[in-house]
Amino acid sequence: MARTDFGPPDYQELIPPIIKENYGNWKYHTVPRPGVLRHVSYSGAVLHSVRVASPRLVSSDWVRDICNIAEKYCDGYLRFTTRNNVEFLVADESKLQPLLTELDDKDFLIGGVGVSISNIVHTQGWIHCKSAVTDASGLTKSIMDQMTDYFTGKVKVPARLRIAVACCVNMCGACHCSDISIVGIHRTIPRVNDEMASRVCEIPNTIAACPTGAIRPNPKVKSVIINPEKCMMCGNCTAVCPAIKIMDPVNDGVSIWVGGKVSNARTAPMFSRLAIPFIPNEPPRWTTVTEAVRNLVDVWRTNAREGERMGEWINRIGWERFFKLADIPFTDKHLDDFTYAKTTFRSTTQFKF
Amino acid sequence: MDEKKTPLLDELEKGDWPSFVTEIKRAAAKNASAADLLAQLETSYENKEGYWKHGGIVGVKGYGGGVVGRYSSQPEKFPHVREFHTFRVNQPAGFFYTAEKLRQVAAIWDQYGSGLFNLHGSTGDCILLGTTTENLQPCYDALTECGFDLGGSGSAMRTLSCCVGQARCEKACIDSMNIIRELTLHYQDAIHRPAWPYKFKIKVSACPNDCAAASARSDLAVIGTWRDVLEMDQDAVREAVDGGFDIFNRVIRKCPTEALEWDSGKRELKITAEDCVHCMHCINMMPKALHIGRERGATLLIGGKAPVVKGAMIGWVLVPFIKMEPPYTEFKDLVDKITDWWADHGKNRERVGELIERMGLSAFLEAVGLEPLPQMVHAPRSNPYIFWKAEEVGSHG
Repeated sequence: MARTDFGPPDYQELIPPIIKENYGNWKYHTVPRPGVLRHVSYSGAVLHSVRVASPRLVSSDWVRDICNIAEKYCDGYLRFTTRNNVEFLVADESKLQPLLTELDDKDFLIGGVGVSISNIVHTQGWIHCKSAVTDASGLTKSIMDQMTDYFTGKVKVPARLRIAVACCVNMCGACHCSDISIVGIHRTIPRVNDEMASRVCEIPNTIAACPTGAIRPNPKVKSVIINPEKCMMCGNCTAVCPAIKIMDPVNDGVSIWVGGKVSNARTAPMFSRLAIPFIPNEPPRWTTVTEAVRNLVDVWRTNAREGERMGEWINRIGWERFFKLADIPFTDKHLDDFTYAKTTFRSTTQFKF
Repeated sequence: MDEKKTPLLDELEKGDWPSFVTEIKRAAAKNASAADLLAQLETSYENKEGYWKHGGIVGVKGYGGGVVGRYSSQPEKFPHVREFHTFRVNQPAGFFYTAEKLRQVAAIWDQYGSGLFNLHGSTGDCILLGTTTENLQPCYDALTECGFDLGGSGSAMRTLSCCVGQARCEKACIDSMNIIRELTLHYQDAIHRPAWPYKFKIKVSACPNDCAAASARSDLAVIGTWRDVLEMDQDAVREAVDGGFDIFNRVIRKCPTEALEWDSGKRELKITAEDCVHCMHCINMMPKALHIGRERGATLLIGGKAPVVKGAMIGWVLVPFIKMEPPYTEFKDLVDKITDWWADHGKNRERVGELIERMGLSAFLEAVGLEPLPQMVHAPRSNPYIFWKAEEVGSHG
């Protein structure tokens, strides 16, 4: 039997010597140009990190491409960021410009550092997930094609802006806490195949999976009944019971959310809030969605003060002005009708000792 | 293999942003399952719906997780993605790799799988996207040869991940990479053999900028902080101000607790230490002049999760300050107490944050041996519906 329970490779063997030598001893960093970080250690050592865009879904040939570059300029060392960009770690300053030139020549996009619109954290979509209401990769590509100048720093933004895409309300990734999120949603009631449910479903689990208590047992046929008045089409019952289907290509689509953040800087972390309740799926380019995202970015960057993130800007001007400036209709869908009891818990590291 | 036409996806090879379609095509040039993935995706784009079947439990010997089974619902049309399972391979801490290691993984995946990757999955794992049931065990065996173990899936402790921390960041209050390395090794059994009511995630960010999004995306977030005063280099502050930096509007006004003051006469930055909530903003704005304090540790937040079932949660304060030094005994003890209580009381598919909300924060604190503290709440309760225990009151008069 194969070796088990040994964990990932030790990072100590994968970090470049300059990091090993200056580990925990960095003094400050600067951003000499968009996409490049210059780290200075108390020892005087200087490390450059060059950040480039990745589609996240990549081929083994792409992996070998970036390995070639890392070997040529970085003694074979590289890393990925928590937003799925690649970073080349340059210890020899004389190799910095040649690396940037080669990356430009090969059409890698250099950027995504600090005040910018960085990579979109996204999910599997139709490429690999059974609950996907939309395609994450296609949405990401379509949106980022519009945002490239903000990624590379060609056009400035007031503050960092984080976009996330999730293909269903499971919101794998950080959609509930991003400046702009695109989340796949259903709008029609799931259908129950009673015969199949009686064979493959655990009825109590299926009932417990419903956030609104819309599901009750149907003992006559050993299945369940969904109360359409209570169902808000989250799809969680379909995750536990394969006999319940919710996919509806005509009515499925995406919603857009704004104003979330995770950092504690200035303001506590914030949830993203509903901006646009529904836009239909329009593959391959999702033009209505990309236009809506572009509008949100535009209205934010022309109105926000320097250093003001989307949620902070909205808190200053108020939601009433946000909806007006963004030219988005406010509807009954924006009124929360879900119960919350944890609003008193302190969801930030901001406090006094 | 027969060339299938993909006019909709071809559209996504245009534009400046790197194209995932180009990547699938590169893999498809030498791999039939990548080619069928592309063809099935084109059909999804035509019909606006996915073609993956519900569930499917597959794995490798000795483990209950780490592999996500996936089957096409149209196997006659796309036979090479009939089985298209993914491996979650535990990433090295901080996502550091050498070209040599990455090449080895790429070669293994070309041999046993589709040649397609997600670098990386949202939790942190290196995702190997798409292989057959038959290839799972030999592929895993090959991965172990070059030192890669699987990550978590299902109702287990999931793969731990962290920000880059002390490897490259001057703001790191704790050694996030070492912490997740040590915890990952300590919790191997909990990661590989699901034994809990639902998933449990730990993420570590070395400062409150939270670059790992720990408070939103992990049940237990470890976020580095300091307890003394941040360090100020007044010469460097003056240098920034003299260089035209608008310290009043960019820093002083933005401090959430008005803890900072710029004395323009003395040309000195002053801080009221007890008002600082270590939000990081001033340090972020003036990295050469301002530095984290010396008495370092972490704040632990509990309960962060996505919406399903009871609504999204951002983790809230559980422990205001804990020292995080190897071998992290105090932290591990707390994790064990939390997961034991949750395993005892949690319903099927109930996250720890939801269980705390259902049973009450005070019951939870009592179970894990922590005192209630004002740092745990934004404000005390506003309703009078208070539970009293029999031993807290006298007998009936």
